[in-house]
Amino acid sequence: MEPKVIINEQRCKSCGLCISICPKKVLRISDKINSRGYHPAELFDNENCISCGFCYLICPDKAIVEVRRPEPVKQGG
Amino acid sequence: MKLIYKAPDTMTEKDTTYCPGCPHGIAHRLISESLEEMNLVKKTVIVWPVGCSVFGYYFIGTDAVEAAHGRACAMATGIKRVHPESFVMTYQGDGDLASIGIAETVHAAARGEKITTIFINNGNYGMTGGQMAPTTLIGQVTTTTPYGRKPEANGFPMHVPEMLATLDGPAYVARAALDSPQHIIQAKKFIQKAFSAQAKRLGFSIVELVSTCPTNWKMTPVESMERARKEVLPVFPIGEFRVIKGVE
Amino acid sequence: MGEKILMKGSEAIAEAAIRAGAMAFYGYPITPQNETPEYFSRRMPELGRTYLQAESEVAAINMVYGAACTGTRVITTSSSPGISLMQEGFSYIANSDVPCVVVNAMRGGPGLGDIAPAQADYFQATKGGGHGDYHSIVLAPHTVQEQCDMMYDAFDLADKYRIMVVVLVDGLLGQMMEPVEFKDWADVKSYKTPDWATVGQGERSNRNIITSLEILPEDLEKMNLKLQEKYRTIEEIEVRFEEYKMDDAEYVITAFGTTARIAKTSVNMARKEGIRVGIIRPITLYPFPYAVIEKRVNQVKFFFDVEMNAGQMLEDVRLGVNGKKPVYFYGRLGGMVPTAEEIYTAFKKQIGG
Repeated sequence: MEPKVIINEQRCKSCGLCISICPKKVLRISDKINSRGYHPAELFDNENCISCGFCYLICPDKAIVEVRRPEPVKQGG
Repeated sequence: MKLIYKAPDTMTEKDTTYCPGCPHGIAHRLISESLEEMNLVKKTVIVWPVGCSVFGYYFIGTDAVEAAHGRACAMATGIKRVHPESFVMTYQGDGDLASIGIAETVHAAARGEKITTIFINNGNYGMTGGQMAPTTLIGQVTTTTPYGRKPEANGFPMHVPEMLATLDGPAYVARAALDSPQHIIQAKKFIQKAFSAQAKRLGFSIVELVSTCPTNWKMTPVESMERARKEVLPVFPIGEFRVIKGVE
Repeated sequence: MGEKILMKGSEAIAEAAIRAGAMAFYGYPITPQNETPEYFSRRMPELGRTYLQAESEVAAINMVYGAACTGTRVITTSSSPGISLMQEGFSYIANSDVPCVVVNAMRGGPGLGDIAPAQADYFQATKGGGHGDYHSIVLAPHTVQEQCDMMYDAFDLADKYRIMVVVLVDGLLGQMMEPVEFKDWADVKSYKTPDWATVGQGERSNRNIITSLEILPEDLEKMNLKLQEKYRTIEEIEVRFEEYKMDDAEYVITAFGTTARIAKTSVNMARKEGIRVGIIRPITLYPFPYAVIEKRVNQVKFFFDVEMNAGQMLEDVRLGVNGKKPVYFYGRLGGMVPTAEEIYTAFKKQIGG
């Protein structure tokens, strides 16, 4: 499945606000290091993400670029 | 996949100069989103202050001027009076607006200038290293209140929206907070009401945003949001203090 | 040009500014120039232009700064203590390259001083006044007519160089009634918003940012060098002065504004007694006419500088003279205005009369 949260790792300052606010705890600080020396946030559990957008709302750095929600699968024929 | 949120292009791709977890960036995004949604970007002139957001014009992509410390509302008045078709707003911190610039702010409000002010309250002078501001809480330790702010020595915190709401000039006066997604959604609604007050030429509009300063508060970003919620909001409550007819 | 109208200087200057295209006035009351804003407050609404009484001089100059950023012809008028309060704004305006006009009807200082005519703001006007390396163009009229003509020059120079222009007068010129003839009305309908103005991006491909801030020293130095380049151009081509009876002069009086006007009478008194004295009257105090001083150095026996201060332009005269001839000084302070006789007597002392 495509990621529900698109993160611009270069812009992330590792503040942790998105992680603290995530109701499903699907975000974490990654081991990667961006060019400014920060460990960016990453979506490690895409499946359990509910696309609530809290991470987008609290992000001060335009690092959470997009939040998407899967279209409901049409039932029957 | 359906797009729920997309970061606004009006907030530029330039990395901000703000510390990790500083809500200035949240305020910038809310302003950028609101300008885009209300189709105001190309009409906008932002008057930037002296303080941490002194470089704000790098981060929000509109025409901009950089005011002297505290003079943003005067400068905005100067622009708006000769260019009423421009959308003119100031972005100011608590030192800039409530201390050195309080006269300019109060008089712009009293005159009902058709400008909008976004006022960031983080309880201290962030850029200069965390000195006491007019919004510093009683007991709060800053670099110039090392024993905590004491009323007998330093007076009391100033409640700017409550003060301005006593005037007849403002069309919209409110306070919101940036500590949680729910409050941020509400803050955006308040900002849009303030923008509409100007767009409809109803009068002065201002939204105070209760913010944080993790670096100078010596807290993590998450702890500072908690402090804003538990300690600051009881003193600076969220609310709309003046809404005249026609503001939406 | 129209007919001659008898007008008070402080009102004539406002009418001239309006005819010269002032589209906005922001100011704060202060004696001895209150008739000027009062006149603007009557006339500007009649013409659909902007008049606003600010809450302070500090606010007024920042309103001027804001309007200047839109490329609108904007003016404020004040007097010495008010001008002191505006210095912060002047400095920002200088490093933002925006045009505006400021009239200072100088009064006696320092401090609250008094409300009588003085020339003690020469240093403040010509050498910067606020912080940083900057200049404003400074014009010093000596009659009500010249003051009116100069308002057109003030706005034109401000726009040409994107600079603040100071018109330095005093309470005497303001209170004087004289016949004046106004130049033609400026064609304000032809004014267009300049491409650098901050009015909202609109159809422009770039956005405009006006700031005096540049945090990197190497870039701020470049910004400063650009300013200095502008000042060198102004010094080269905008110097203005008047020479009065200088052709055969053996002595020269240097004076500006009101003092120069009084000194003309002193010169005529001397001439009646056969003393060949003339006047060099700087009209632009910045840029200062050093060249004409230099040019006359060999011709005259000494320079005699007269001012209503303790000797401020005196320093520029000395720079021009460069030690080649004596430079004497006569000044009155605190709002005292010298009479023509007084100046003549002081001058004669120097020639041993």
